[in-house]
Amino acid sequence: MAATTPTTSFFARQSTQARVARVGAYAAVTLLAMLYAAPFLWMVATSLKDPSELDAVPPIWIPKVLQWQNYPNALLRPTRYFPLFFENTAIYVGLSVLGQLISCSLVAYGFARIPFKGSKFLFTLVLSTMMLPPQVLLIPQYLLFKQLGWLDSLLPLVVPQWFGSAFYIFLLRQFFMTIPRELDEAALVDGAHRLDIFWRILLPLCRPILITVFALSFVTHWNDFFGPLIYLNSQKNMVVATALRLFAMSQQALPIHELMAASVTSVIPVIVVFLFCQRAFVRGITMTGMKEG
Amino acid sequence: MSSQSLASAAGVTRRRGFVTRTDLIGWLFISPWLIGFLVFTAGPFLAALFLSTTTWDVAGAWEEIGLRNYQRMFNGEDEQFAVAVRNTLYFVAFNVPGVQIIALALAALLNQKLHGISIYRTIFYLPAVTSGIATAYLWATILAKFGLLNGMLALIGIEGPTWLYSVEWGMPAIIMYSLWNVGTPMLVYLAALQGVPVHLHEAAMIDGAGIWGRFRHVTVPMITPAIFFNSVLGVIGSFQVFTAAFILTQGGPADATLVYILHLYRSAFLNGKMGYASALAWVLFLAILAVTLVQLAVARLWVYYEAEQPTARGVG
Repeated sequence: MAATTPTTSFFARQSTQARVARVGAYAAVTLLAMLYAAPFLWMVATSLKDPSELDAVPPIWIPKVLQWQNYPNALLRPTRYFPLFFENTAIYVGLSVLGQLISCSLVAYGFARIPFKGSKFLFTLVLSTMMLPPQVLLIPQYLLFKQLGWLDSLLPLVVPQWFGSAFYIFLLRQFFMTIPRELDEAALVDGAHRLDIFWRILLPLCRPILITVFALSFVTHWNDFFGPLIYLNSQKNMVVATALRLFAMSQQALPIHELMAASVTSVIPVIVVFLFCQRAFVRGITMTGMKEG
Repeated sequence: MSSQSLASAAGVTRRRGFVTRTDLIGWLFISPWLIGFLVFTAGPFLAALFLSTTTWDVAGAWEEIGLRNYQRMFNGEDEQFAVAVRNTLYFVAFNVPGVQIIALALAALLNQKLHGISIYRTIFYLPAVTSGIATAYLWATILAKFGLLNGMLALIGIEGPTWLYSVEWGMPAIIMYSLWNVGTPMLVYLAALQGVPVHLHEAAMIDGAGIWGRFRHVTVPMITPAIFFNSVLGVIGSFQVFTAAFILTQGGPADATLVYILHLYRSAFLNGKMGYASALAWVLFLAILAVTLVQLAVARLWVYYEAEQPTARGVG
């Protein structure tokens, strides 16, 4: 803490204390970072091991020879269908993210800019749905999709995403509110159509928050396991998440090093999105758009 | 169309009964959410309440039985219900405070002006973005009998338990996996810590307060809103724990890690008891609602809001 106030540390005693605190903070943060990074390093290490190195004591962190062939062995054998699972996942995630971006930004614009009757009440309703545990809706939704003949397809997973999602509507609406009203009101008076204003004036200004929604939505859907577990049954329709379970559990179980190779591959897309959109994540979580330290 | 928008913008709205053109345009913009709300949220919400009073099975055959499903839970007919409740409370009791303490400690460290802080932040946050099946299986290998954890424990002379196959250690193992994922509350705490005014710390320092004293009496009171926010979300999320137990232990051994949602999932999708599972879901909903309301009520006693809290602008 002392390190945060260098200007007051002109007392010799405090500056020593500050230095000790600083060294202590470095030591603690480094130790904890190693602890938190260890599982990831272990995942990568295991994915490159020879089977004989898997259960070694003491644990082997760096394989003698990096077994890169574990990756094609795990993913590309014809019976594994992993390219198909990645394709299914990409379609599921792509259509869901697109649907949420479009529907949530339209709805958020309506709530932020149009003084229609009932807007206050309906916005409160939007917020209150965030508190609802999704399991309460699960069974009727399942029966509905069953009735529609949508089971074992991507439809039950994708279609609801095109009808807005409370948290993203909230984020976008908060962001719209920070944009000066004069901008679009001037355009309205000039005779521009509301959709035009939304599309040409507001959306370009909303890039930061749209990236936030994109990043959060991408990660959520890529990681989604429960939805695909419930709705996708046949192997050809599976996404990577449910396929990993198939290859960890069934008679076709992969050996650990190949399972880890498949796992590493499956988290690469979310890590890439995260690294490119770090600021966007922080913005979404703190909901303020503050600068990062 | 443009002239109509112009009219509404200028407030010269033609009346059609009580519904103005502005109302229509507004409803049109929010219609995706409104339709989705009716079809995918409000409808299912009420349907679940109805289903919970029936014997609805996978085939769609059903019979109205009133509160019978609810009775089954509380009169001990469904023995696994009590087990699932107990296990879930065990998880909540350790996971929620554990996450808060670790997330706050990490945030406090990240809030120091250290070099390379963004790298540390990335490392601590990464488990939150990879919180899928892949890392669950990773932890299954780490917690295996001859896995990484027991291998490391062996180095210091401890013979580790069979974690995931042990009645006593199954739930602690799941909690450990869960405590790895603290990135989101950590970022909330970090933002809150950055909002604590420096002058308060300076004043406390001049009064001779040490590091711990300042943390306890300046920092913690200032960030109580963040602690409250994270705790409420933490409780709601922890009640819904599923994937960890489903993947790591499949609820075993001997139902030691059978959590509530796993019981619900099995009732509905393995045993086909859609009616009973709906009752389970409604009980969960009411439990979460009750706990949240209690937290809100108690919040007045310990959560400190600054008077000059900026308020969000109202709608329209």
